[in-house]
Amino acid sequence: MKSLNRTIAPALALCAVVLAGCAAAPSKVDPLEPWNRTMYSVHTAVDDAVIKPVAKTYVQVWPEPIRTAVSNFFGNIDDIFTGINDALQGDGNRAGDAFGRVLLNSTFGLAGIFDLASMMGITKDHNDFGLTFGKWGAPDGAYLFIPLFGPTTVRDGTGAVVRIYFSPTGYISDIAVRNSLWGLNYLDTRAQLLQSEGVLDTASIDRYRFLRNAYLRARRYQLYNGKPPPEPEEE
Amino acid sequence: MLRRLLSTLIMLPLALSADLALAQEAPDALVKRVAEDVLTTIRSDKDLQAGNQAKVKQLIETKLAPNFDFARMTALAVGRNWRNANPEQQQQLTDQFRTLLVRTYSGALTSYRDNTMDYKPLRMNAGDAEVIVRTEVRRPGQAPVQIDYNMTKTPEGWKAYDVVVAGVSLVTNYRDEFSDIVRTSGIDGLIKALDTKNKGPAPPPPSPK
Repeated sequence: MKSLNRTIAPALALCAVVLAGCAAAPSKVDPLEPWNRTMYSVHTAVDDAVIKPVAKTYVQVWPEPIRTAVSNFFGNIDDIFTGINDALQGDGNRAGDAFGRVLLNSTFGLAGIFDLASMMGITKDHNDFGLTFGKWGAPDGAYLFIPLFGPTTVRDGTGAVVRIYFSPTGYISDIAVRNSLWGLNYLDTRAQLLQSEGVLDTASIDRYRFLRNAYLRARRYQLYNGKPPPEPEEE
Repeated sequence: MLRRLLSTLIMLPLALSADLALAQEAPDALVKRVAEDVLTTIRSDKDLQAGNQAKVKQLIETKLAPNFDFARMTALAVGRNWRNANPEQQQQLTDQFRTLLVRTYSGALTSYRDNTMDYKPLRMNAGDAEVIVRTEVRRPGQAPVQIDYNMTKTPEGWKAYDVVVAGVSLVTNYRDEFSDIVRTSGIDGLIKALDTKNKGPAPPPPSPK
């Protein structure tokens, strides 16, 4: 990220001075925008027709305590990966918190279905391979919208693939159980989005663009541990 | 008559001081008071929890909206194109943007029921006219979300002019969107786009929790 900025900054400065108006050039953040927009409409169509109705049914059928237990169970696995990435980034304190949570929740929290650690004040945190690669100096790469997966970048998407590769679910040999768990995990994630996606609908004039910009900013914020350097002024 | 006047007059300093105290309420105290007030109201009102839109809107208009500086928010969201807008256009932009934000909040408000807020110590020097009030929202089973309120001092007390959620500034996110629209269809195009958006379908009722 940093090295990318270093390469691009002089080019941009030159651009601004010489051309004084390369604002209309294709977006630097989203060079694949036409392709991404097509993928976005594919996603919306499939989601509206199948995934969202299934997620809504899931919420209606299962009472909240059960859904919370499901969320906590998968959240506990997320915590493992948060800890691994904290460690890979050399952040011992955060790794300790994350693994402490996993230890507590996996045992006294009955395989993660109760988030005891949060009740005891060890707050949940988030970290992932995309951020680790970013801290190691990998640039974001192009923004991508992947149907049924959502907004990502080349770097974050690579991180997600690594995560899937190492996912504990993958070690379950019974295919039916493995697929059910995977499906439930997906459904749980999708159901959690039901509450907030309405905001996106009402807030945005162009849903695709709003989501993209919010995603990229939120990731930048995470990459810099909540203290991102000021963004370059527009144009 | 005199007694009545005096008894009224005797209340005056009290009323004034209450007003003054409110006007000078520190920005972090303001954020805390408003947030806790709104959360308590949501938790205790079944109609609000069920998503009664009239009540939700009333809550926002009476308790939240007065604490925002919508003109400044709009100016920042429109960015450098703001100066090219005439006063009438500026007023229209502000009205439309305000409507958009209120509608957005209406759709989201009831889902905050299970949230609790953590308030970070305020870093502020005497005489500062702008501060950032930092808070953290905790939701069961999820990582906390940082929410920062950029506040400015106005004659009517401190008002928020930007909300930064997990590093995403509301104003900046809209600035990208607005400047694209202004570039292709001008200020009036932006007013029209906002108007169309605001006249569109009402925010969907919040999904059951």
